[in-house]
Amino acid sequence: MNRSLTREQTTTIVQGILCLVLFIVLLQVWLLSATTHAWLGGDDSVLWPAAATSAACALVNFALLRCLNRLAV
Amino acid sequence: MADIDQAAWRQDFPIDWPQDHYVARRDFTRFLVLASLPFALVQLGIGIVNWFRRNRGRPPAKAIAPLAEIPIGGVLSFTYPDAHDPCLLLRLDDKTLRAFSQKCTHLGCAVTPNADKSCLYCPCHKGYFAVENGRPLAGPPRRPLPRITLENRDGVVYAIAVEVNAS
Ligand code: FES
Repeated sequence: MNRSLTREQTTTIVQGILCLVLFIVLLQVWLLSATTHAWLGGDDSVLWPAAATSAACALVNFALLRCLNRLAV
Repeated sequence: MADIDQAAWRQDFPIDWPQDHYVARRDFTRFLVLASLPFALVQLGIGIVNWFRRNRGRPPAKAIAPLAEIPIGGVLSFTYPDAHDPCLLLRLDDKTLRAFSQKCTHLGCAVTPNADKSCLYCPCHKGYFAVENGRPLAGPPRRPLPRITLENRDGVVYAIAVEVNAS
C-alpha cells in the first residue's frame, strides 16, 4: 500500500500524525493538572473519568504510532 | 588539510555530530507517544491513591485539651490525625472553637495566627486564611485549609475528623 505513496505524501502523513500526537499529549498534560487541582481541593469525582480519558488518549497515541511504523521511510 | 589537523583518534573514530544530534520527526513522535503513557499511569495512580484514602476510614478521635485550659483568644497546637500533621486550635470566643491543619494549601508552609487573631497568615508567600472557616483571603493559596472537626466530650476537646473541602 505504501509503495504508491510519494516521499512528499509520506512526509505530510508523518507531520499529520505528529500534530495529532502532540495535541493529545498536551490534552493529557492539561487533564493531569486539572485533575490534580480538583483532587487537592477535595473534589474526587473527576478522578476516574479523567484517568479513563487519559488512558484512551494513550491508546490512540499507540495506534497512531503503529500507523507511523507501517509507513515506509 | 583538515584531516591532517585532526587528532589521530578522531580520524579513526569519525563522528558526524550534526547527524548525531539530528532528531527526525518520526523519532520525536515516538518519544511523544512514550511520554503519553506515564501521564495515563499517573492519572490512574491518583485514582488508586484516592481509593485507598477513602477506604482507610475515619481516623480515631484524639483528645486535645480540657476546654477550661484554653483561654479565650488562645491558640493551641496539636497533631492530627498523625504525629506528622500539625494543626492549630483557636478559641475565638467563649463558645467558638476552630481547628485547622497548619499546612498552607499553597506549598505547605506552616500558617500562624496574625497578631490580632483575625486571620491565619502564611509567611512564605503572604497567604491569608479566614479563622472562621479556613477560606483563603489573599495571596497565592486558592484552596481552604483542611478543617478539623471538634467535639466537646465531658469538658475535653477532641479532634474527631478532617474535612478537606471545608470552605
Ligand atoms: S506556602 Fe503559604 S503562601 Fe505559599
